[in-house]
Amino acid sequence: MSSDNKKVLFGPVIDNNPIALQVLGVCSALAVTSSMANALVMTIAVMLVTAFSNLFISLIRNQIPSSVRIIVQMAIIASLVIVVDQVLKAFSYQLSKELSVYIGLIITNCIVMGRAEAFAMKEKPGVSFLDGIGNGLGYGAVLLVVAFFRELLGFGTFFGIEVLQLTQNGGWYQGNGLLVLPFSSFFIIGFIIWAIRQYKPEQVEED
Amino acid sequence: MSDSNIKKTETFGGTLIFVFIICLVCAALVSISAVGLKPLQQANKLLDKQTKILEASGLLEKAGSDIEGTYAKLVEAKMIDLKTGNIIDGDTDAFDERADSRDVTKSTKPENDIAGLSRRADHAVIYLVKNDEGQLETIVLPIVGSGLWDLMYGFVGLAPDLNTVRSVVYSDLKETPGLGAEVLNPKWKALWPGKKIYNEQGEPAITLVKGGAKEGDVHGVDALSGATLTSTGVTKTLQFWLGSEGYGPFVTNFRSIVTKGGLE
Repeated sequence: MSSDNKKVLFGPVIDNNPIALQVLGVCSALAVTSSMANALVMTIAVMLVTAFSNLFISLIRNQIPSSVRIIVQMAIIASLVIVVDQVLKAFSYQLSKELSVYIGLIITNCIVMGRAEAFAMKEKPGVSFLDGIGNGLGYGAVLLVVAFFRELLGFGTFFGIEVLQLTQNGGWYQGNGLLVLPFSSFFIIGFIIWAIRQYKPEQVEED
Repeated sequence: MSDSNIKKTETFGGTLIFVFIICLVCAALVSISAVGLKPLQQANKLLDKQTKILEASGLLEKAGSDIEGTYAKLVEAKMIDLKTGNIIDGDTDAFDERADSRDVTKSTKPENDIAGLSRRADHAVIYLVKNDEGQLETIVLPIVGSGLWDLMYGFVGLAPDLNTVRSVVYSDLKETPGLGAEVLNPKWKALWPGKKIYNEQGEPAITLVKGGAKEGDVHGVDALSGATLTSTGVTKTLQFWLGSEGYGPFVTNFRSIVTKGGLE
Protein backbone atom coordinates (compact mmCIF):
# COMPACT_ATOMS: atom_id res chain seq x y z
CA MET A 1 0.00 0.00 0.00
CA SER A 2 1.41 3.39 -0.91
CA SER A 3 2.05 5.85 1.87
CA ASP A 4 -0.62 8.15 0.45
CA ASN A 5 -3.25 5.45 0.74
CA LYS A 6 -2.05 4.62 4.22
CA LYS A 7 -2.49 8.23 5.20
CA VAL A 8 -6.01 8.27 3.77
CA LEU A 9 -6.89 5.07 5.60
CA PHE A 10 -5.29 5.63 9.01
CA GLY A 11 -4.97 9.41 9.11
CA PRO A 12 -8.52 9.86 10.43
CA VAL A 13 -7.81 7.65 13.46
CA ILE A 14 -5.60 10.14 15.32
CA ASP A 15 -4.25 12.86 13.04
CA ASN A 16 -7.57 13.92 11.60
CA ASN A 17 -10.17 12.22 13.73
CA PRO A 18 -13.72 13.10 12.63
CA ILE A 19 -15.00 13.28 16.22
CA ALA A 20 -11.95 14.52 18.12
CA LEU A 21 -10.60 17.06 15.63
CA GLN A 22 -13.52 17.93 13.36
CA VAL A 23 -16.09 17.41 16.13
CA LEU A 24 -18.58 15.78 13.75
CA GLY A 25 -20.94 12.91 14.50
CA VAL A 26 -21.02 13.62 18.22
CA CYS A 27 -24.79 13.02 18.47
CA SER A 28 -24.59 9.33 17.71
CA ALA A 29 -21.40 9.03 19.75
CA LEU A 30 -23.47 10.01 22.78
CA ALA A 31 -26.44 7.82 22.04
CA VAL A 32 -25.04 4.41 21.15
CA THR A 33 -22.05 4.17 23.46
CA SER A 34 -23.77 2.58 26.44
CA SER A 35 -22.40 -0.81 25.43
CA MET A 36 -19.47 -2.12 23.40
CA ALA A 37 -21.70 -4.29 21.21
CA ASN A 38 -23.86 -1.32 20.20
CA ALA A 39 -20.82 0.84 19.53
CA LEU A 40 -19.21 -1.86 17.41
CA VAL A 41 -22.28 -2.42 15.26
CA MET A 42 -22.76 1.31 14.87
CA THR A 43 -19.10 1.66 13.84
CA ILE A 44 -19.45 -1.01 11.18
CA ALA A 45 -22.68 0.54 9.91
CA VAL A 46 -21.19 4.03 9.65
CA MET A 47 -18.00 2.67 8.09
CA LEU A 48 -19.93 0.82 5.38
CA VAL A 49 -22.22 3.75 4.66
CA THR A 50 -19.34 6.24 4.46
CA ALA A 51 -17.20 3.95 2.32
CA PHE A 52 -19.91 3.08 -0.18
CA SER A 53 -21.41 6.55 -0.37
CA ASN A 54 -17.90 7.87 -1.04
CA LEU A 55 -17.41 5.20 -3.68
CA PHE A 56 -20.66 5.81 -5.54
CA ILE A 57 -20.46 9.58 -5.31
CA SER A 58 -16.89 9.52 -6.54
CA LEU A 59 -17.87 7.29 -9.47
CA ILE A 60 -20.40 9.83 -10.69
CA ARG A 61 -18.60 12.96 -9.46
CA ASN A 62 -18.06 14.30 -12.98
CA GLN A 63 -21.69 13.78 -13.92
CA ILE A 64 -23.34 15.28 -10.82
CA PRO A 65 -24.74 18.72 -11.72
CA SER A 66 -23.33 21.01 -9.05
CA SER A 67 -26.67 22.75 -8.50
CA VAL A 68 -28.24 19.58 -7.10
CA ARG A 69 -25.16 17.83 -5.76
CA ILE A 70 -26.17 17.91 -2.09
CA ILE A 71 -29.54 16.38 -2.91
CA VAL A 72 -27.93 13.66 -4.99
CA GLN A 73 -25.45 12.88 -2.19
CA MET A 74 -28.30 12.77 0.28
CA ALA A 75 -30.33 10.37 -1.89
CA ILE A 76 -27.40 7.99 -2.19
CA ILE A 77 -26.56 8.16 1.52
CA ALA A 78 -30.18 7.71 2.54
CA SER A 79 -30.58 4.66 0.29
CA LEU A 80 -27.46 3.06 1.73
CA VAL A 81 -28.61 3.70 5.28
CA ILE A 82 -31.97 2.08 4.56
CA VAL A 83 -30.21 -0.95 3.12
CA VAL A 84 -27.97 -1.23 6.21
CA ASP A 85 -31.03 -0.91 8.45
CA GLN A 86 -32.87 -3.64 6.54
CA VAL A 87 -29.88 -5.98 6.62
CA LEU A 88 -29.48 -5.45 10.34
CA LYS A 89 -33.16 -6.17 10.94
CA ALA A 90 -32.84 -9.37 8.94
CA PHE A 91 -29.65 -10.72 10.45
CA SER A 92 -29.29 -9.17 13.90
CA TYR A 93 -32.77 -8.39 15.16
CA GLN A 94 -31.82 -7.90 18.79
CA LEU A 95 -29.15 -5.32 18.02
CA SER A 96 -31.34 -3.52 15.52
CA LYS A 97 -33.98 -3.24 18.22
CA GLU A 98 -31.48 -1.68 20.61
CA LEU A 99 -29.98 0.70 18.06
CA SER A 100 -33.46 1.46 16.68
CA VAL A 101 -33.57 5.02 15.39
CA TYR A 102 -29.84 5.62 15.53
CA ILE A 103 -29.18 3.52 12.45
CA GLY A 104 -31.69 5.66 10.56
CA LEU A 105 -30.00 8.75 11.93
CA ILE A 106 -26.72 7.84 10.20
CA ILE A 107 -28.29 9.78 7.33
CA THR A 108 -27.80 12.95 9.31
CA ASN A 109 -24.33 12.00 10.52
CA CYS A 110 -22.16 14.88 9.39
CA ILE A 111 -19.18 12.59 8.82
CA VAL A 112 -20.87 10.80 5.91
CA MET A 113 -22.03 13.98 4.25
CA GLY A 114 -18.79 15.78 5.07
CA ARG A 115 -16.61 13.13 3.42
CA ALA A 116 -18.87 12.97 0.38
CA GLU A 117 -18.71 16.71 -0.17
CA ALA A 118 -15.11 17.31 0.87
CA PHE A 119 -13.39 14.22 -0.50
CA ALA A 120 -15.43 12.02 -2.83
CA MET A 121 -16.48 14.93 -5.08
CA LYS A 122 -12.82 15.54 -5.95
CA GLU A 123 -11.00 12.23 -5.70
CA LYS A 124 -10.95 8.92 -7.55
CA PRO A 125 -13.30 6.10 -6.47
CA GLY A 126 -10.67 3.76 -4.97
CA VAL A 127 -9.09 6.34 -2.71
CA SER A 128 -12.54 7.71 -1.79
CA PHE A 129 -13.60 4.27 -0.66
CA LEU A 130 -10.48 4.04 1.51
CA ASP A 131 -11.21 7.48 2.91
CA GLY A 132 -14.68 6.29 3.91
CA ILE A 133 -13.24 3.23 5.65
CA GLY A 134 -10.63 5.41 7.34
CA ASN A 135 -13.17 7.87 8.68
CA GLY A 136 -15.28 4.96 9.88
CA LEU A 137 -12.21 3.72 11.75
CA GLY A 138 -11.64 7.12 13.31
CA TYR A 139 -15.28 7.39 14.33
CA GLY A 140 -15.23 3.83 15.64
CA ALA A 141 -12.05 4.32 17.63
CA VAL A 142 -13.61 7.12 19.64
CA LEU A 143 -16.93 5.29 19.98
CA LEU A 144 -15.29 2.13 21.28
CA VAL A 145 -13.14 3.99 23.80
CA VAL A 146 -16.20 5.85 25.10
CA ALA A 147 -18.25 2.66 25.17
CA PHE A 148 -15.46 0.80 26.99
CA PHE A 149 -15.53 3.24 29.90
CA ARG A 150 -19.30 3.65 29.93
CA GLU A 151 -20.05 -0.06 29.86
CA LEU A 152 -17.32 -1.05 32.32
CA LEU A 153 -17.94 1.65 34.91
CA GLY A 154 -21.68 2.03 34.32
CA PHE A 155 -22.76 -1.59 34.08
CA GLY A 156 -19.66 -3.45 35.24
CA THR A 157 -19.48 -5.44 32.02
CA PHE A 158 -17.35 -5.72 28.89
CA PHE A 159 -19.20 -6.85 25.75
CA GLY A 160 -21.91 -8.08 28.12
CA ILE A 161 -19.49 -10.24 30.13
CA GLU A 162 -19.51 -9.44 33.81
CA VAL A 163 -16.23 -7.92 34.99
CA LEU A 164 -17.24 -5.95 38.08
CA GLN A 165 -20.16 -7.56 39.85
CA LEU A 166 -22.89 -5.00 40.54
CA THR A 167 -24.47 -4.56 43.97
CA GLN A 168 -27.93 -5.24 42.53
CA ASN A 169 -26.67 -8.65 41.44
CA GLY A 170 -25.11 -9.34 44.82
CA GLY A 171 -21.62 -8.05 44.09
CA TRP A 172 -19.51 -5.21 45.46
CA TYR A 173 -19.48 -2.70 42.62
CA GLN A 174 -21.92 0.20 42.67
CA GLY A 175 -22.52 1.08 39.01
CA ASN A 176 -21.80 4.68 38.09
CA GLY A 177 -25.21 6.15 37.33
CA LEU A 178 -23.78 9.12 35.45
CA LEU A 179 -21.98 6.99 32.88
CA VAL A 180 -25.18 5.10 32.16
CA LEU A 181 -26.72 8.27 30.76
CA PRO A 182 -25.87 9.44 27.23
CA PHE A 183 -24.58 12.91 28.13
CA SER A 184 -21.73 11.43 30.17
CA SER A 185 -20.08 10.75 26.79
CA PHE A 186 -19.38 14.48 26.57
CA PHE A 187 -16.95 14.13 29.47
CA ILE A 188 -15.23 11.11 28.00
CA ILE A 189 -15.00 12.64 24.53
CA GLY A 190 -13.61 15.76 26.20
CA PHE A 191 -10.90 13.69 27.87
CA ILE A 192 -10.11 11.93 24.60
CA ILE A 193 -9.73 15.26 22.78
CA TRP A 194 -7.50 16.54 25.57
CA ALA A 195 -5.34 13.40 25.45
CA ILE A 196 -4.95 13.55 21.67
CA ARG A 197 -4.03 17.22 21.79
CA GLN A 198 -1.46 16.59 24.49
CA TYR A 199 0.10 14.02 22.19
CA LYS A 200 -0.33 16.14 19.03
CA PRO A 201 -0.13 19.80 20.11
CA GLU A 202 -0.49 20.98 16.49
CA GLN A 203 -4.22 20.12 16.71
CA VAL A 204 -4.79 22.82 19.29
CA GLU A 205 -6.67 25.76 17.76
CA GLU A 206 -5.33 29.24 18.22
CA ASP A 207 -7.47 31.55 20.29
CA MET B 1 -13.54 18.78 -12.03
CA SER B 2 -12.84 21.71 -14.32
CA ASP B 3 -15.13 24.64 -14.99
CA SER B 4 -15.84 23.62 -18.55
CA ASN B 5 -16.99 20.27 -17.25
CA ILE B 6 -19.52 21.85 -14.94
CA LYS B 7 -20.93 24.00 -17.72
CA LYS B 8 -21.28 21.03 -20.00
CA THR B 9 -23.47 19.06 -17.55
CA GLU B 10 -25.31 22.07 -16.23
CA THR B 11 -28.35 22.19 -18.51
CA PHE B 12 -31.82 22.15 -17.01
CA GLY B 13 -32.92 19.06 -18.95
CA GLY B 14 -29.67 17.27 -18.20
CA THR B 15 -30.03 17.91 -14.49
CA LEU B 16 -33.59 16.62 -14.51
CA ILE B 17 -32.63 13.44 -16.33
CA PHE B 18 -29.68 12.89 -14.01
CA VAL B 19 -31.79 13.31 -10.88
CA PHE B 20 -34.44 11.03 -12.34
CA ILE B 21 -31.93 8.28 -13.02
CA ILE B 22 -30.43 8.60 -9.52
CA CYS B 23 -33.90 8.35 -8.00
CA LEU B 24 -34.68 5.24 -10.04
CA VAL B 25 -31.44 3.52 -9.06
CA CYS B 26 -31.82 4.41 -5.38
CA ALA B 27 -35.48 3.37 -5.33
CA ALA B 28 -34.61 0.04 -6.94
CA LEU B 29 -31.83 -0.56 -4.41
CA VAL B 30 -34.09 0.22 -1.47
CA SER B 31 -37.02 -1.85 -2.74
CA ILE B 32 -34.87 -4.86 -3.56
CA SER B 33 -33.36 -4.90 -0.09
CA ALA B 34 -36.70 -4.29 1.63
CA VAL B 35 -38.60 -6.94 -0.31
CA GLY B 36 -35.76 -9.43 -0.45
CA LEU B 37 -35.07 -9.35 3.26
CA LYS B 38 -38.67 -9.21 4.42
CA PRO B 39 -39.13 -12.97 5.00
CA LEU B 40 -36.02 -13.05 7.20
CA GLN B 41 -37.13 -9.97 9.12
CA GLN B 42 -40.58 -11.36 9.77
CA ALA B 43 -39.13 -14.65 10.91
CA ASN B 44 -36.90 -12.72 13.34
CA LYS B 45 -39.81 -10.74 14.65
CA LEU B 46 -41.92 -13.83 15.15
CA LEU B 47 -39.08 -15.67 16.85
CA ASP B 48 -38.56 -12.73 19.18
CA LYS B 49 -42.25 -12.73 20.12
CA GLN B 50 -42.34 -16.49 20.62
CA THR B 51 -39.24 -16.31 22.79
CA LYS B 52 -40.87 -13.72 25.03
CA ILE B 53 -44.08 -15.73 25.32
CA LEU B 54 -42.14 -18.85 26.27
CA GLU B 55 -40.14 -16.79 28.76
CA ALA B 56 -43.39 -15.47 30.27
CA SER B 57 -44.63 -19.03 30.69
CA GLY B 58 -41.35 -20.21 32.20
CA LEU B 59 -40.58 -22.59 29.35
CA LEU B 60 -37.61 -20.81 27.86
CA GLU B 61 -34.97 -22.97 29.50
CA LYS B 62 -36.81 -26.14 28.61
CA ALA B 63 -37.21 -25.02 25.02
CA GLY B 64 -33.47 -24.44 24.65
CA SER B 65 -32.72 -23.70 21.04
CA ASP B 66 -35.98 -25.16 19.74
CA ILE B 67 -38.15 -22.09 20.26
CA GLU B 68 -40.40 -22.67 17.26
CA GLY B 69 -41.01 -26.36 17.96
CA THR B 70 -41.81 -25.82 21.62
CA TYR B 71 -44.03 -22.90 20.79
CA ALA B 72 -45.95 -24.85 18.15
CA LYS B 73 -46.41 -27.77 20.52
CA LEU B 74 -47.44 -26.00 23.69
CA VAL B 75 -48.77 -22.55 22.88
CA GLU B 76 -52.16 -21.75 21.45
CA ALA B 77 -53.06 -18.19 20.48
CA LYS B 78 -56.66 -17.02 20.85
CA MET B 79 -58.21 -13.73 19.87
CA ILE B 80 -60.57 -12.17 22.37
CA ASP B 81 -62.95 -9.24 22.36
CA LEU B 82 -61.88 -7.16 25.33
CA LYS B 83 -65.29 -5.58 25.87
CA THR B 84 -67.26 -8.82 26.17
CA GLY B 85 -64.36 -10.97 27.25
CA ASN B 86 -65.32 -13.69 24.77
CA ILE B 87 -63.00 -15.69 22.62
CA ILE B 88 -63.71 -14.78 19.00
CA ASP B 89 -62.53 -15.95 15.61
CA GLY B 90 -59.71 -14.02 14.08
CA ASP B 91 -56.34 -14.28 12.47
CA THR B 92 -54.07 -14.24 15.51
CA ASP B 93 -50.91 -14.07 13.39
CA ALA B 94 -52.02 -11.02 11.46
CA PHE B 95 -53.27 -9.15 14.54
CA ASP B 96 -51.21 -6.07 15.26
CA GLU B 97 -52.04 -4.37 18.52
CA ARG B 98 -50.05 -1.26 17.67
CA ALA B 99 -51.82 -0.74 14.35
CA ASP B 100 -55.26 -1.45 15.84
CA SER B 101 -54.80 0.93 18.76
CA ARG B 102 -54.17 3.77 16.29
CA ASP B 103 -57.20 2.88 14.17
CA VAL B 104 -60.27 4.75 15.42
CA THR B 105 -62.62 2.03 14.15
CA LYS B 106 -60.74 -0.73 15.92
CA SER B 107 -60.01 0.93 19.24
CA THR B 108 -61.72 2.66 22.15
CA LYS B 109 -60.73 5.52 24.37
CA PRO B 110 -60.48 4.12 27.89
CA GLU B 111 -62.59 6.00 30.44
CA ASN B 112 -59.99 5.68 33.12
CA ASP B 113 -56.77 5.71 31.15
CA ILE B 114 -54.32 5.10 34.00
CA ALA B 115 -51.83 3.30 31.75
CA GLY B 116 -51.53 6.35 29.49
CA LEU B 117 -52.54 4.56 26.31
CA SER B 118 -54.90 7.22 24.91
CA ARG B 119 -56.53 4.45 22.81
CA ARG B 120 -56.87 0.74 23.49
CA ALA B 121 -57.38 -1.84 20.73
CA ASP B 122 -60.78 -3.58 20.91
CA HIS B 123 -59.33 -7.02 20.39
CA ALA B 124 -56.38 -8.76 21.94
CA VAL B 125 -54.51 -11.97 21.31
CA ILE B 126 -53.84 -14.09 24.36
CA TYR B 127 -51.75 -17.23 24.64
CA LEU B 128 -52.81 -20.43 26.35
CA VAL B 129 -49.76 -22.44 27.30
CA LYS B 130 -50.08 -26.14 28.11
CA ASN B 131 -47.67 -28.43 29.85
CA ASP B 132 -46.46 -31.69 28.34
CA GLU B 133 -49.55 -33.54 29.63
CA GLY B 134 -51.81 -31.18 27.72
CA GLN B 135 -53.15 -29.36 30.76
CA LEU B 136 -53.46 -25.59 30.78
CA GLU B 137 -50.48 -24.28 32.70
CA THR B 138 -50.11 -20.57 32.02
CA ILE B 139 -52.13 -17.85 30.35
CA VAL B 140 -49.93 -15.19 28.81
CA LEU B 141 -51.55 -11.78 28.38
CA PRO B 142 -49.91 -8.97 26.43
CA ILE B 143 -49.70 -5.66 28.28
CA VAL B 144 -48.69 -2.16 27.35
CA GLY B 145 -48.47 1.07 29.29
CA SER B 146 -46.50 4.27 29.69
CA GLY B 147 -43.17 4.21 31.42
CA LEU B 148 -40.95 7.22 31.89
CA TRP B 149 -40.02 7.81 28.23
CA ASP B 150 -42.42 5.85 26.11
CA LEU B 151 -44.88 2.97 26.04
CA MET B 152 -43.50 -0.27 27.44
CA TYR B 153 -44.68 -3.48 25.81
CA GLY B 154 -44.60 -6.80 27.57
CA PHE B 155 -46.39 -9.90 28.76
CA VAL B 156 -47.77 -11.08 32.06
CA GLY B 157 -47.99 -14.82 32.64
CA LEU B 158 -50.78 -15.97 34.96
CA ALA B 159 -51.67 -19.35 36.45
CA PRO B 160 -55.03 -20.82 35.29
CA ASP B 161 -56.77 -19.19 38.29
CA LEU B 162 -55.95 -15.90 36.54
CA ASN B 163 -54.82 -14.49 39.83
CA THR B 164 -51.42 -15.97 40.61
CA VAL B 165 -48.58 -14.33 38.73
CA ARG B 166 -46.03 -16.53 37.04
CA SER B 167 -43.97 -13.80 35.40
CA VAL B 168 -43.80 -10.27 34.10
CA VAL B 169 -41.68 -10.00 30.99
CA TYR B 170 -41.06 -6.78 29.11
CA SER B 171 -40.18 -7.13 25.47
CA ASP B 172 -39.94 -3.63 24.12
CA LEU B 173 -39.13 -0.50 26.08
CA LYS B 174 -37.07 2.66 26.01
CA GLU B 175 -36.52 3.14 29.74
CA THR B 176 -33.28 4.50 31.20
CA PRO B 177 -30.55 1.85 31.23
CA GLY B 178 -29.52 0.94 34.77
CA LEU B 179 -32.67 2.48 36.27
CA GLY B 180 -36.02 1.86 34.57
CA ALA B 181 -34.59 -0.75 32.24
CA GLU B 182 -33.89 -2.86 35.33
CA VAL B 183 -37.37 -4.32 34.73
CA LEU B 184 -35.36 -6.68 32.53
CA ASN B 185 -33.04 -7.69 35.38
CA PRO B 186 -33.54 -11.41 36.18
CA LYS B 187 -33.25 -10.64 39.91
CA TRP B 188 -36.22 -8.33 39.74
CA LYS B 189 -38.22 -10.65 37.51
CA ALA B 190 -37.67 -13.39 40.08
CA LEU B 191 -39.73 -11.38 42.60
CA TRP B 192 -42.94 -11.92 40.64
CA PRO B 193 -43.87 -15.62 40.74
CA GLY B 194 -46.56 -16.36 43.31
CA LYS B 195 -47.81 -12.79 43.71
CA LYS B 196 -51.60 -12.34 43.54
CA ILE B 197 -53.23 -9.84 41.22
CA TYR B 198 -56.66 -9.45 42.84
CA ASN B 199 -57.68 -8.59 46.39
CA GLU B 200 -60.71 -10.12 48.14
CA GLN B 201 -63.06 -7.67 46.46
CA GLY B 202 -61.82 -8.85 43.07
CA GLU B 203 -60.08 -5.60 42.24
CA PRO B 204 -56.55 -5.52 40.85
CA ALA B 205 -54.36 -4.81 43.85
CA ILE B 206 -50.91 -5.64 42.53
CA THR B 207 -48.56 -2.75 43.29
CA LEU B 208 -44.88 -1.95 43.16
CA VAL B 209 -43.89 -0.77 46.62
CA LYS B 210 -41.30 1.96 47.00
CA GLY B 211 -38.67 0.99 49.53
CA GLY B 212 -39.49 -2.70 49.21
CA ALA B 213 -42.58 -4.83 49.73
CA LYS B 214 -43.24 -6.18 53.20
CA GLU B 215 -42.60 -9.83 53.89
CA GLY B 216 -45.74 -11.82 53.10
CA ASP B 217 -47.36 -9.06 51.07
CA VAL B 218 -48.92 -11.09 48.23
CA HIS B 219 -49.92 -8.01 46.23
CA GLY B 220 -46.69 -6.06 46.64
CA VAL B 221 -43.45 -6.27 44.68
CA ASP B 222 -40.30 -4.22 45.34
CA ALA B 223 -40.23 -1.09 43.22
CA LEU B 224 -37.10 -0.37 41.18
CA SER B 225 -34.79 1.95 43.06
CA GLY B 226 -34.17 5.21 41.25
CA ALA B 227 -36.99 4.56 38.79
CA THR B 228 -40.16 5.79 40.45
CA LEU B 229 -41.92 6.69 37.21
CA THR B 230 -41.15 3.37 35.56
CA SER B 231 -42.33 1.54 38.68
CA THR B 232 -45.55 3.54 38.78
CA GLY B 233 -45.95 2.79 35.08
CA VAL B 234 -45.63 -0.95 35.69
CA THR B 235 -48.20 -0.81 38.52
CA LYS B 236 -50.67 1.19 36.44
CA THR B 237 -50.15 -0.98 33.36
CA LEU B 238 -50.96 -4.12 35.32
CA GLN B 239 -53.89 -2.52 37.14
CA PHE B 240 -55.31 -1.21 33.88
CA TRP B 241 -54.97 -4.41 31.89
CA LEU B 242 -56.25 -6.68 34.63
CA GLY B 243 -59.05 -4.27 35.50
CA SER B 244 -62.47 -3.83 33.95
CA GLU B 245 -61.24 -1.95 30.89
CA GLY B 246 -58.56 -4.51 30.14
CA TYR B 247 -58.86 -8.25 30.54
CA GLY B 248 -61.41 -7.95 33.39
CA PRO B 249 -64.40 -9.29 31.38
CA PHE B 250 -62.26 -12.09 29.98
CA VAL B 251 -61.11 -13.06 33.45
CA THR B 252 -64.73 -13.28 34.66
CA ASN B 253 -65.80 -15.32 31.63
CA PHE B 254 -62.82 -17.58 31.74
CA ARG B 255 -63.32 -18.42 35.39
CA SER B 256 -66.97 -19.32 34.83
CA ILE B 257 -65.99 -21.59 31.93
CA VAL B 258 -63.38 -23.29 34.07
CA THR B 259 -65.84 -23.85 36.95
CA LYS B 260 -68.44 -25.21 34.50
CA GLY B 261 -66.11 -27.89 33.33
CA GLY B 262 -63.06 -26.65 31.59
CA LEU B 263 -62.11 -25.03 28.37
CA GLU B 264 -63.11 -26.70 25.16
